[in-house]
Amino acid sequence: MLQRLYDWVDERVDITPLWRDIADHEVPEHVNPAHHFSAFVYCFGGLTFFITVIQILSGMFLTMYYVPDIENAWKSVYYLQREVAYGQIVRGMHHWGASLVIVMLFLHTLRVFFQGAYKKPRELNWVIGVLLFFVMLGLGFTGYLLPWDNKAYFATQVGLEIAAATPFIGDAIRTLLAGDPSIVGAQTLTRFFAIHVFFLPAALFGLMAFHFILIRKQGISGPL
Amino acid sequence: MSDKKRVSRRQFLNYTLTGVGGFMAAGMLAPMVRFAIDPVLQTKEGGEMHSVASVDEITNEPTRVEWTIDQVDAWYESEVQKTAWVYRNENDEIVALSPICTHLGCTVDWASNEEYPNQFYCPCHGGRYTKDGVNVKGTPPTAPLPVYEHKVEEGMLYLGEAQSRKGA
Repeated sequence: MLQRLYDWVDERVDITPLWRDIADHEVPEHVNPAHHFSAFVYCFGGLTFFITVIQILSGMFLTMYYVPDIENAWKSVYYLQREVAYGQIVRGMHHWGASLVIVMLFLHTLRVFFQGAYKKPRELNWVIGVLLFFVMLGLGFTGYLLPWDNKAYFATQVGLEIAAATPFIGDAIRTLLAGDPSIVGAQTLTRFFAIHVFFLPAALFGLMAFHFILIRKQGISGPL
Repeated sequence: MSDKKRVSRRQFLNYTLTGVGGFMAAGMLAPMVRFAIDPVLQTKEGGEMHSVASVDEITNEPTRVEWTIDQVDAWYESEVQKTAWVYRNENDEIVALSPICTHLGCTVDWASNEEYPNQFYCPCHGGRYTKDGVNVKGTPPTAPLPVYEHKVEEGMLYLGEAQSRKGA
């Protein structure tokens, strides 16, 4: 049944080369944990991606209930966690995933660093990876404010002070982030929300696409 | 085992991978989907009755009666105004009709159109209802106006939820 449906589409649109390009490629022996158990270190990049997918999905579902408004943000989070079925789990996935994705990202970076896999011709992909790391940190920073509880508020206060310590343009950066020179409030929350769900994910998708295209183009670096 | 029924190594691995992958995807998506469809599955508890008017004031002429209820909308609580058209019918029974047109939800008015002085009239698409709330054939609504459940206690009229009626 499924095979026939696939054949029907394939006959007309020729989709086989599309997924072959993505899925059908050899895994070198030194990357395969079945041959060398130590090759599990190659999993961290994929795990980072896997958790990122969980973050995207759980985040999409959370916005069904969340409101980025200082009057209602905390109440809506409380409601979705206490009153909505599986709210605690969906919010939990997003909450713990946010920390875990940084951990995985870091392990992935360590692997690439200690194997020297960033060396020519893969320097560009290292740079993209570092940008991805910054985007992920930005997602963590902006997402931290959204529950609008005390921890969120003061963490953001501190983060904004750090940004304001930038020489010459510190105050401007702070105002740009917070939406006001002195208040951490209504405009800060809406800005952080927009950055968290639109701007940074857009940057994330673009960079991830680049990251993966380069891997396919250059292949996995050779054995140590 | 005949050769036809043999599962090749490739096929076996394909099935296992698809199975494990599907299981993981389901484990990930199930809580999110249940989370999203929660409003559909929430059971609504029956509302209480509200005292809205003194029974002595109710005449044979439909009168607009208004009262407020405390509405809990997820994390937002507010006072919402409710309206009913209340009158006594020829059997001296109290009738309380919802003013929500059964066509597309506009608000109907008693005798607001000069051409139909003894009917409920909806300004949006010209829907009409007779005094007992039954929709007039040939106008847009397909069902009578809903009726509020009511009770009388100590000379006061209490109204509860509006009950829809089957189409005429």
